[in-house]
Amino acid sequence: MIKDLGIKKLIIDKPLKLDCGQTINNYSLAYETYGSLNKKKDNAVLVFHALTGDQFVTGINPITKKEGWWSYAVGPGKAIDTNQFFVICANVIGGCMGSIGPNEINSETNKKYGTSFPVITINDMVNAQFNLLNFFNIEKLFAVIGGSMGGMQTLQFVSNFPEKAKVAIPIACTASHSAQNIAFNELGRQSIMADSNWDNGDYSNKDKSPDKGLSVARMAAHITYLSKNGLQEKFGRKLQERDDLKFGFDADFQIESYLRYQGSVFVDRFDANSYLYITRAMDYFDLIKEHNGNLSKAFENTKTKFLVISFTSDWLYPTSENKEIVIALNAIGADVGFVEIESDKGHDSFLLNVPKFLNTLGDYIKTAYLKS
Amino acid sequence: MKQEFKIISNLINKNTRVLDVGCGDGTLMEYLKNSRKIDIRGIEISKNNVQKCLSKGLTVIEGDAEKDLLQFPDGSFDFVILSQTLQAFLTPEIVIKELLRVGKKAVVTIPNFGFWKVRLHLLLKGTMPITKNLPDEWYNTPNLHMCTLKDFYNFCENRNIKLDQSIALKNEKISTINKLNLNIKNLSAELGIFLIER
Repeated sequence: MIKDLGIKKLIIDKPLKLDCGQTINNYSLAYETYGSLNKKKDNAVLVFHALTGDQFVTGINPITKKEGWWSYAVGPGKAIDTNQFFVICANVIGGCMGSIGPNEINSETNKKYGTSFPVITINDMVNAQFNLLNFFNIEKLFAVIGGSMGGMQTLQFVSNFPEKAKVAIPIACTASHSAQNIAFNELGRQSIMADSNWDNGDYSNKDKSPDKGLSVARMAAHITYLSKNGLQEKFGRKLQERDDLKFGFDADFQIESYLRYQGSVFVDRFDANSYLYITRAMDYFDLIKEHNGNLSKAFENTKTKFLVISFTSDWLYPTSENKEIVIALNAIGADVGFVEIESDKGHDSFLLNVPKFLNTLGDYIKTAYLKS
Repeated sequence: MKQEFKIISNLINKNTRVLDVGCGDGTLMEYLKNSRKIDIRGIEISKNNVQKCLSKGLTVIEGDAEKDLLQFPDGSFDFVILSQTLQAFLTPEIVIKELLRVGKKAVVTIPNFGFWKVRLHLLLKGTMPITKNLPDEWYNTPNLHMCTLKDFYNFCENRNIKLDQSIALKNEKISTINKLNLNIKNLSAELGIFLIER
């Protein structure tokens, strides 16, 4: 275990055969934990992060100095109560917060991988993180949980390791990435690659970075995380620090200024190549095809207790796609609960202060733990 | 109504798989789980109720029984329960068919529109009946297809649905309904509880 800059790293010496055919050896997996593992080792919750998340789930992220991405849901006294549960979260492989990824040094060339890094999948991410169970000596996790891409990892995890989690909570996700979502991801990737600073992915060895491309990618993606009503209510046609239109291309409207800001702060904490790799992994995710068109087969004989949660205003991972998971589970008599939470905050609802969601999640987990 | 729960519980065998259709806030599910040691699931249309059920640790999915029962395979439950909900569906006939497809047996309870107080209300007051079991006004009632015990009894007979048990409930008092006393029970009972199968 190596600790640097507040990042804990597990070096995994067991080779990992990736879906693309390549194998990675002695790779690093950065992780963080919250709360403590009890004597029975039955209170561990593995949280999977979404596209731009990292292992710093809650509290102050030591690198960005900002609140962790799931501070509303995880922490002492929160829905996933770290006084009760031992929460583990790892940076996905391909990420840029200490796990092996395109922004890390390739020991064979002594240069950063860039786009020579192998294309990874959700399956690869989950297989890498499975090593955390051995590391912490945990026979069975109490729960696996995640939203968006974290939900995809949750589904993949229980499919790959059916005996390893008592409870699985996939939130605002899908079993098969839709054409629309692939399209949005492609828009983001093209934006990055159109920036001359991207330099075929070799920018990090040349001390430059495609900030403009990455920030436009973030701006476009950010719109997809919100809802039309939410945007209208928050911004409407309000003007940005001016009384009238300026007849130019400055940010006249507050929504423009807001998006520009979101784009500019994103480039400080995220690597453009990681963005390419992780969105690719999401696009390749298709648990239905992996099981020859029958999603139920992904969960055959499962004893895991599932709770699927979607949000009314989430048009990126709509209720209908979340329900497909529920239907597949009911078809094989699995223990599955499902609720669509009313919220106008769009796909981002799972990250925000949505009391109905947080209360349901918290009560469900606590009761399930008591009864387990 | 506690007595209704008790009767339903007695109709359901231990260690079986049960689905409660329109499970509300999960009160009946919890009662049955504790009294019969069964594997029970629920389906409920109201988000608030689903959230309550999930908070109690019950396995409930949000859904509309008229559409979402489709996802359950034939005979996937030993018992399917429909407690005082049949009258609220657009197409009760299809719902009953679905119940008997998904469940090997079904328990259906029905507020009796033939109960004498209901009849008297309409006869004397000339307005839509409001009673303990039918508390809503005509303009805001969720009940679309009210029926009497006799209606339901005949419905089953006409469709060759087996009536394993037919129970009348009045003031917490239980009695059996049969062909001979059907007219009397249809007048005296507030609630009918039926165990049916294909």
